[in-house]
Amino acid sequence: MRKLLPKVEDSASHEVVSFPISLWDKVLNRARSGEWEPWPVVFGLILTWLLFQSLNGNFLTPRNLSNLVLQSGVVGTLGIGVVLVLLLGEIDLSLGAVCGVCASVLGVLITNLHWPGIPAMLVTLVIGMLIGLLQGAVTVYIGVPSFIVTLGGFLAWAGVQLILLGDAGELVVLDPIVQSFASSYLTVFASIVLGIFIVAIVLVSLLVRRRSRRRAGLEPSSLSTSSLRLLGVIVGTGVAIILFDAYFGIPYMVVLLLVVVALLTWMTNRSVFGRYVFAIGGNADAARRAGIHVKTVRLAVFALASTLAALGGILSVSREFAVSTGTGGGTLLLEAIAAAVIGGTSLFGGRGQIYQALLGALVIGSIENGLYLLGQPASTQNIATGVILVIAVSVDALSRRRQQTN
Amino acid sequence: MNMYDSLFPQGQPRLALRGMSKRFGAVTALDRVDFEVYPGEVVALVGDNGAGKSTLAKIIAGVYRADSGAITFEGREVVFSSPEAAGALGIATVYQDLALCDNLDVVANLFLGRELGPRRLPIALRWTQEDDMERRAREVLSSLSVRLPSLRRPVKQLSGGQRQSVAVSRAVLWGSKVVLLDEPTAALGVEQTAMVQRLIMRLRATGLSVVLISHNLTDVFQVADRIVVLRLGRRVATFTASQATPDQVVAAITSGGIESVEGIL
Repeated sequence: MRKLLPKVEDSASHEVVSFPISLWDKVLNRARSGEWEPWPVVFGLILTWLLFQSLNGNFLTPRNLSNLVLQSGVVGTLGIGVVLVLLLGEIDLSLGAVCGVCASVLGVLITNLHWPGIPAMLVTLVIGMLIGLLQGAVTVYIGVPSFIVTLGGFLAWAGVQLILLGDAGELVVLDPIVQSFASSYLTVFASIVLGIFIVAIVLVSLLVRRRSRRRAGLEPSSLSTSSLRLLGVIVGTGVAIILFDAYFGIPYMVVLLLVVVALLTWMTNRSVFGRYVFAIGGNADAARRAGIHVKTVRLAVFALASTLAALGGILSVSREFAVSTGTGGGTLLLEAIAAAVIGGTSLFGGRGQIYQALLGALVIGSIENGLYLLGQPASTQNIATGVILVIAVSVDALSRRRQQTN
Repeated sequence: MNMYDSLFPQGQPRLALRGMSKRFGAVTALDRVDFEVYPGEVVALVGDNGAGKSTLAKIIAGVYRADSGAITFEGREVVFSSPEAAGALGIATVYQDLALCDNLDVVANLFLGRELGPRRLPIALRWTQEDDMERRAREVLSSLSVRLPSLRRPVKQLSGGQRQSVAVSRAVLWGSKVVLLDEPTAALGVEQTAMVQRLIMRLRATGLSVVLISHNLTDVFQVADRIVVLRLGRRVATFTASQATPDQVVAAITSGGIESVEGIL
């Protein structure tokens, strides 16, 4: 196993890089390399929860946490799209409007045209994808900055939404399948099966990974790291199941989001496509010179983000049983961008993870929910969210600056 | 043995350019320049600003096409229509900017654009075979005696010399036979420069041909076998590094006089 590691053939030709490294430098290096990525945000989230719980005993109840998760679902779904676009170093300002227009399409199909739920949702997703392809094509092939293209899209799709919803400005959507995402729950038995399934997948992937590394003659990651990760998953899954089942159970929406996050996490971190997304965000010119079809990848990411916005529209309709002119409007887009950035995704491209959108959405949702429980008006909620966003981006900017000066 | 034999290694050049001329409007950047590099040889290309070094380098890299002249690669006449065509023949250029993705790790950078994976799947479903990639990366880095703290950290955490080594190793990993290095030590400190010099000597030892473009004559004398001097678009001198002095080379760069073999080559 050791024989394939680079060996020192003669002392003159190898690099002596044994500078004394202080413990503090080690800590800084690890923090910069992103190894500790989720922990500052997770820590902040727990702190927020404890703070609100101490101010209002209703905060950490299963009922409120279940509500909190459902509230954060739409922002989180849009936030995943934002993460993908930010990874490229681009931005999409139209995702809120796309969410609204797609929710309106769903409403028109189901309520006005009496389509059944599943084909209506599929068509809604396809329309979201087509919108993304259109905006992506203008950005990629004509060369208009994505900021401008999607700003135009934001205005235009909001207009289309007004046309679709007509004079009433609202469509009630009563379709059992659409509604089920936000108002149907897994049985206790099903949720336990799901939990075991999740733990089994993590366990198997850890084992496969270790075996594969050993087979390739490489050092596998240490047993303690692997078992710590597994323990974290077991505890997290267990606590979540207990909390959800203490209320109605795990909402279908949560299962759907887990599947979406799992698939996209695999795609960004394990697939060649994901590697190209990171490469383009890191150095688009180097990616192009390495023979990567940069334009195609960028186009695909815009399409994917818009499709996720359409999914957000479906979830929004599912929660509210209706679509109105306000759906997808207001601060939704800004909260989605804030969610991605608070979660730890860089605004400057090349660094971010899918789960960070959900984590950030939970932070924003917790602040809104907690301040609401304390009887604070929307104004206070907006101020608090804004301040936290600026703090999160400041941390990102500072860590980047420190990297450059090194 | 006549005096010119000692200037050239025996055998066939790996890459040879004959009578290269290139004009940009009224400016003649290169005027009937010959250039050749042999297997296992380091040739330094030196000259003042505007001497035609980078024009010649870009012709070798396939970025420019010469107005006239012929290129032979391993004895066959070739035409470099694009950087990709030159790359496909085995000519790799490492520019000063290194073309690395700072946010990706060493393995990802070495394999960028050529990731190992099940090729019949579309790229969104094709997983990268990280362990095979890491093993091959270790092999090639080891063969070049390149030592890095970790192959799994973003390359932005590496020193300038280490980053240069990664960029050069990428060329070697993909079977390049000629490596063109554009000012590889320009931004480096003493220790880092020494690291890159040792890497260049390893490249030579493995039989590669290295073309080194450099302003730094200390560097050039450390690693080069031959030194080709360009001045005002013409090749004015060729030195065997072991038999020349920096003063002679400087004189050739600035006035194009000493040891001139122009017209004979």
